[in-house]
Amino acid sequence: MNLTLNVWRQKGPEDAGRMVKYKVKDVSPDMSFLEMLDVLNERLILDGDDPIAFDHDCREGICGMCGMVINGVAHGEQVATTTCQLHMRHFEDGATITIEPWRAAPFPVVKDLVVDRSAFDRIIQAGGFISVPAGSAPDAHSVPVRKDDADAAFDAATCIGCGACVAACPNGSASLFTAAKITHLSLLPQGQPERLSRAKAMVEQMDAEGFGGCTNTGECTAVCPKGIPLDTIAKMNADFLKAN
Amino acid sequence: MTATIERGSATAPVTPATPPPTPVRKPGKKPTSFLGSSNGKKVVMAVTGAIMVSFLVLHMLGNLKIFAGRESFNEYAHWLRTLLEPFVPYRTVLTLLEIGLVAAVVLHMWAAISLARRAHKARPVKYVAKKSQATGYATHIMRWGGVTIVIFLVWHLLDLTFGVVNPKGFDSLPADRMIAGFDPTRWWVTLFYVVAVVMVGLHLRHGLWSMFQTLGWAAKRYQVLKPAAALLSAVLVVGFLAPPLAIMIGIVK
Ligand code: HEM
Ligand code: SF4
Ligand code: FES
Repeated sequence: MNLTLNVWRQKGPEDAGRMVKYKVKDVSPDMSFLEMLDVLNERLILDGDDPIAFDHDCREGICGMCGMVINGVAHGEQVATTTCQLHMRHFEDGATITIEPWRAAPFPVVKDLVVDRSAFDRIIQAGGFISVPAGSAPDAHSVPVRKDDADAAFDAATCIGCGACVAACPNGSASLFTAAKITHLSLLPQGQPERLSRAKAMVEQMDAEGFGGCTNTGECTAVCPKGIPLDTIAKMNADFLKAN
Repeated sequence: MTATIERGSATAPVTPATPPPTPVRKPGKKPTSFLGSSNGKKVVMAVTGAIMVSFLVLHMLGNLKIFAGRESFNEYAHWLRTLLEPFVPYRTVLTLLEIGLVAAVVLHMWAAISLARRAHKARPVKYVAKKSQATGYATHIMRWGGVTIVIFLVWHLLDLTFGVVNPKGFDSLPADRMIAGFDPTRWWVTLFYVVAVVMVGLHLRHGLWSMFQTLGWAAKRYQVLKPAAALLSAVLVVGFLAPPLAIMIGIVK
């Protein structure tokens, strides 16, 4: 496959940034999107150019590093898929592909497609923990959990903190991420003691970071690689209301 | 150039360049009050929205009285003004309700504007390409739809409440004002009205469900509440459009 890429290049945080066009030849349909970028970068390096900086780590859809907006959709149009799991066979030969970083004030661009997502870490630090008595590992099933709750908590816990929800949200809101982190703990008995103070602290931290407010557009769920549902936001709102 | 490149080295720095400085973005201040938080503002929006919707339901039922005849409609209008008389003076209850409604509109707009400004600040650099993935057109016109509704509201009050732009003027019976207001010769008024009511319907189609979400009720009853919101919006649109259209085609004279 031969492709034309329109990629956001930005030298550093202070640079204004611009779109730059690249031609990539002989791309195999079996390549992942990141491998396609690797091929382009190898050529750029050989040519003495600066390779395109992008984040990645696991390349198997579990670390949440590989965020980029592909043709206007966070992680590309393939549903419930991270960029690293997106394959070139979903694109047509000769296609032009636009690639941009996550765009949100709380996620400043470090370089090219790499953004600083420390804001998420600070939201988790604000309350995404439980207090447990330290010591040896507890016996399995010493605290019974209803199967439904266990499943729902697990679903919420699959959030990989990639930030696609923020990137897709017209308000630049981090509600889906924060709600996933809050409900994953609030559904379990271990999460009960700090349940309300957690919701309050994490929602307030989200505001402090400069994320926008939620208007329930559902853009987040639609692009979330883990399919975190919108009703987690309703659960977060309920806890936040109770905490006030 | 004969450099061989091993796998995995592609994205590693080629020259021992100094790493780009990591942007240090310090978080701002946490909201100091409930109303200062974005979630708190959403709650204001939801509660004032609910007040306005309850009003709309009553208002729609009142309007439908025109089908029971001019008398019935005028009696209803009179009854609204004489509620709780003689314990309280003429028009006390109605005036209180009106003050409540104005407050709801103002607070709703305040929350909408302040959240919209927050959203603009959260995305200073726009996407070159952005494609919506969520379904629903109603969600994207909430802010402009709201503005349209306010403009309509001003006209509507001038027309049928104060009679300023109504052919019958202020000193007339409510039913006369209504029937004259939607006379076929004033078709453009009816058209404006239809557009505005449809706008309200779209606003509520998303707004009502969003309200359940904001207040945290949608957590378990998601499957029921979403269609319920759509149904109530549809009922309101039909209920509000029936009287003017009936007047226009001459069913109600
Ligand atoms: C005065 C002009 C208005 C403006 C600028 C406005 C704007 C908005 C905006 C921006 C939202 C948030 C949308 C979202 O969550 O996606 C909203 C929600 C809502 N609006 Fe309005 N609106 C107006 C009038 C009205 C009226 C007249 C009603 C009722 C009859 C109404 C009922 C609602 C409801 C129920 C919500 C849902 C609250 C929530 O999201 O939690 N609005 N409005
Ligand atoms: S909620 Fe989904 S889109 Fe948002 S950070 Fe978590 S995994 Fe990514
Ligand atoms: S690189 Fe880990 S999720 Fe894509």
